[in-house]
Amino acid sequence: MSVKPKKTKLEKHHIEDFIGRSYMSLCVLLLIVIIVSMVYFVASKGLANFFSGRVSLSEFFGGTKWAPDADTPSYGALPFISGSFLVTLLAALIASPLSICAALFMTEIVPSWGKKLLQPVIELLSGIPSVVYGFVGLSVIVPFLRDTFPGQGIGVAAGALVLSVMILPTITSVAADALAALPQNLKESSFALGATRWQTISRVILPTTFPAIMTGVVLGMARAFGEALAVQMVIGNAPFVPKSLFESASTLTSVITLGMGNTTMGSTHNNALWSMALVLMLMTFLFVLVVRMLERRNKI
Amino acid sequence: MQFKKKSWIMALALTSVVALSACGNNGGNNAATNNAGNNTAANNTQNSSAELSGSILASGSTALQPLVEQVAERFMETNTGVDIQVQGGGSGTGLTQVAEKQVDIGNSDVFAEEKLKDDDAEKAASLVDHQVAVVAIAAVSHPDAGVDSLTKQQLVDIFTGKIKNWSEVGGADQAIQIINRPASSGTRATFESFALGTKTEDMQGSIQEDSSGTVKKMIGETPGAIGYLALSYLDDSVKTLNYDGVEPSVDNVISGDYPVWAYQHMYTNGEPTGALKAFLDYFLTDEVQTTDVVELGYIPASQMQVSRDVEGNVTTK
Repeated sequence: MSVKPKKTKLEKHHIEDFIGRSYMSLCVLLLIVIIVSMVYFVASKGLANFFSGRVSLSEFFGGTKWAPDADTPSYGALPFISGSFLVTLLAALIASPLSICAALFMTEIVPSWGKKLLQPVIELLSGIPSVVYGFVGLSVIVPFLRDTFPGQGIGVAAGALVLSVMILPTITSVAADALAALPQNLKESSFALGATRWQTISRVILPTTFPAIMTGVVLGMARAFGEALAVQMVIGNAPFVPKSLFESASTLTSVITLGMGNTTMGSTHNNALWSMALVLMLMTFLFVLVVRMLERRNKI
Repeated sequence: MQFKKKSWIMALALTSVVALSACGNNGGNNAATNNAGNNTAANNTQNSSAELSGSILASGSTALQPLVEQVAERFMETNTGVDIQVQGGGSGTGLTQVAEKQVDIGNSDVFAEEKLKDDDAEKAASLVDHQVAVVAIAAVSHPDAGVDSLTKQQLVDIFTGKIKNWSEVGGADQAIQIINRPASSGTRATFESFALGTKTEDMQGSIQEDSSGTVKKMIGETPGAIGYLALSYLDDSVKTLNYDGVEPSVDNVISGDYPVWAYQHMYTNGEPTGALKAFLDYFLTDEVQTTDVVELGYIPASQMQVSRDVEGNVTTK
């Protein structure tokens, strides 16, 4: 665009520009280095067992028996993988309707004071540390489930309930943003055609914002999948595929936090935990990918 | 556009190469810094007659961490030139790090030989064991279970799932709920070796918690619960069970009558020197053993009338 003179003095703004650009490039470079080295580190540890042949892929992903300290150790991670998926899906099922209703309430039903009231509450929810959620789960939800349902209260149901409260703010804020960004004329034309508010919400607003709301749900699921402490406190941590929702089970994160410190680096047990970390990481990538796809759909 | 895309790919490729080489160098860097650390420690030895100085880094067992921290505080009060840092991370982490010379002391609640097995066995050979305290573990139940004492065989049957109801061992008609520790836990290893005498497999539906506080809370609240806790955690919220008729008390542990106990180990890589040696010696003085160690619920290792080796053979001192 600009015509460059043949001989230029380095003026001040050129130097500033150069420094600014180098600084930013450096930051971006650092970010990429961190991500690449993390992936490399987790992958090299997580794949070690498979390369050395100590654990086969089919045993790891298909085995239901986790007994790393037994005389003939077995490293079946299926109980943890299924446990993670189970609590995540259940939490999303419980939290999504609640969050979408809260978002609709904030933006459509009573935009005047609904947002003022609910926004701080939701921000507060997302700011509570997970150990507090875990402790509340252990002190309130677990005794409640123990008295109401058969079993010990601890289990997948307790984990999913705690997680659903934790991902509520994520889904609500994303959904509320999506609803607020909806062009006003869509709603107005719907009203002009004589549609009631409920008809407008259910036939116009929700279908058009569906991909954006799903983005929130997937982001919430990503958080639920990676949450460790709160789930570990209430799920019971038995390394089995649970037979009921009120039976002790495990997730990938809970078995990693329980076992990582007690095992020595480089041992088969430790490497198997890294393999699970790799599974967690790949799942996070998948969640991000789904969010990107939804966002692309949303734009069209 | 074409050019932009290409430059991005180049940048990515470049950074990944940098990242990989950085990872490769890690080991070397660590070794270098550690050597430096060791050198300072060694240099300090010469001055030790006058005044100790240097820095000591300990990591490992979270169960042992509070004790080491408290003793370190006291040691640093009198030896102002010494700086001692104590980190947690778990026994496995402590042993790995001390074997790789990343730390000076590796705290562990099991023998190093039990954690560093198979390929890592030679790592354990260079480690020197310092047994600083003893922790005893008692079987505990929910207060309403209605049982005062269990035999070894009854405990084995309970933890392997053969006995499922308290009424089978003379208690209330109440299903037994096991509150266990994760398979890699040192507390569980101790309980299985010395109370059960056998390894147990996890059972479907058993609950596993890592922290003693949570285990106590769960046993106190869950009807029919059974588990095990270190003596320092026992109180009225749970019922302490006698083992083969022997009460799990400090006196019974010291005399060797109550068998369910384990040493708390502080491992060094090679014989300690200088400030490190002074600190570990200080740990075993009566001053520490009869105050801090007892205060935090441990049993002084120096008072034990029996000793035990890696294989679990007990000999009277």
